[in-house]
Amino acid sequence: MKIAVCIKRVPDTEMRFAIAGDGKSLDQAGLKYDISDFDGYAVEVALRLTEKDGGEVAVICLGPDGVQETIRKAFSMGAARGVQLKADTVPFDGSAIAHALAAELRDGGYDLILFGRQSADAGNGTVGPMTAHLLGLPCVTAISHLELADGRGTAHRELEGSAESVEFPIPAVLTIDEGIARPRLPSLKGIMAAKKKTIDVRPAQLGEERLTVQSMALPPERAAGRIVGEGPDAVPELVRLLKTEAKVL
Amino acid sequence: MANVLVVAETRGGELRSVALEVVTAARKAADASGGGEVHALVFGAPGTGAAVQDSLGRHGADLVVAVESAGLEHYDAESLAATTAERLRSGGYRAGFFAASAQGRDLAPRVAAALGVSLASDVTALELSGDALVVQHPVYVGKAIATLRLTGTPALASIRPGAVTAAEAARTPRLETAPPASDPASSRVRVREMLARGDAKLDLGEAPVIVAGGRGLRAAENFRLVEELAAAFGNAAVGATRAVTDDGWRPATDQIGQTGRMVNPNLYVAVGISGAIQHLAGMRTSGTIVAINRDKDAPIFKLADYGIVGDLFEIVPRLTEEIRKARSGG
Repeated sequence: MKIAVCIKRVPDTEMRFAIAGDGKSLDQAGLKYDISDFDGYAVEVALRLTEKDGGEVAVICLGPDGVQETIRKAFSMGAARGVQLKADTVPFDGSAIAHALAAELRDGGYDLILFGRQSADAGNGTVGPMTAHLLGLPCVTAISHLELADGRGTAHRELEGSAESVEFPIPAVLTIDEGIARPRLPSLKGIMAAKKKTIDVRPAQLGEERLTVQSMALPPERAAGRIVGEGPDAVPELVRLLKTEAKVL
Repeated sequence: MANVLVVAETRGGELRSVALEVVTAARKAADASGGGEVHALVFGAPGTGAAVQDSLGRHGADLVVAVESAGLEHYDAESLAATTAERLRSGGYRAGFFAASAQGRDLAPRVAAALGVSLASDVTALELSGDALVVQHPVYVGKAIATLRLTGTPALASIRPGAVTAAEAARTPRLETAPPASDPASSRVRVREMLARGDAKLDLGEAPVIVAGGRGLRAAENFRLVEELAAAFGNAAVGATRAVTDDGWRPATDQIGQTGRMVNPNLYVAVGISGAIQHLAGMRTSGTIVAINRDKDAPIFKLADYGIVGDLFEIVPRLTEEIRKARSGG
């Protein structure tokens, strides 16, 4: 089984978060980057499938040279091949990204193409299904469970308050939700092997950008809250405030 | 003047609350453009259109287009995408709105790709402005809000559940039926069955009140306290932090946060939750936030409107009792 996983490098905003002077991007100073969380799950799903049934995992990442570090992380987990689709910046518009990925994937002969459900930075969740459409492949999004047998797959999708079981033929495009497979930590052996692997670099054939960032701002601050009191004796006052001030009871 | 098409989501033949939110947003956009029409596209088994017509009209739909077929009883991504794209293509619409629900997040990008246009995804506000649709969209898991500009026609957007409050704008809508643009029987991706998920009557995305528990509860069985408090409210759903769902104390579907559900109830009660960024990302837009935690320096208290510091095992049962009393008029 030949599997491609499309991964994204995203800034780690847990440590530091500031908006740049241009008012529409993130201040880059001192930022660290990592693989987008759902994409890590997608890499893990791909590795488990090929460990079970044989085959190979290729990772594809679009962006500037910094993304090679993200590709090497996937190598150290066990990915065999890596492709950088080189672009100075990653567009915000998912359809522009999907065009570049589809061009790379079209003649790749992949049985499965995996994505994370959505990225941790732009959070659009559009690139997977858009790429599937461009490739003419069936697509199932946000899957929490996957089984493959005899050229067909069954996946579960979580809905609000329920879930659906979905059947699809292979080849297919799948986007991966959390809960399906916790990503492994790179092994020492994997890290050593990752250093020896080469990354194919090709220019990204981006589509037209029709969705652009005009400005970026911090969310409105919530009014300062207050500690009503300590221990169970504070409960009646809390209930009074919920009733008369917040009016939510 | 701009006509707007919405996909009004149904499940099991009934409208979902997000459908009314999306119709409300479309009505506002059409009115602001000088009085266009709002058309609501509804998919389902035969009879679905007539069943939801009044409710959609009450919220501002001028026309209900019912696409009915036994094969559309369940969500059929390929048939819905082809039909929605065809309607947008032939109907001269300025915009198409979806809910950013599990279904809408799946459907909207397919429709955009079929039409060769872009999509503004998971927006919290939107406005047609000249040749652009200008939207607000949370980025970096809610740490910043981006203002985005989308060009192209139709302008497609999916709207975050709860971001728009459904409002009435009464119309007597026309009802029209249309065949699916592709036969569900020929779809490659097909829903085989619906799976039950717990016995929760209220979904986290729709409950007016959420009581959520964290590691401070110390053990799975102590979630009983959270469930009892939720039951006392009568209209509350139970949520959990990632730490708790990772440990298997609660199912993964209960997780609120960056990698789980994004919620914004009127009232959010955080029990034994310290307030990791990953959790706050999923609930920071809640109306009123109450935190109960033993550590007065826990980050959750910075976000909470009201906090009580102390032992949750003493505080929560007392709160349950007081809420019960308050709700019975005592």
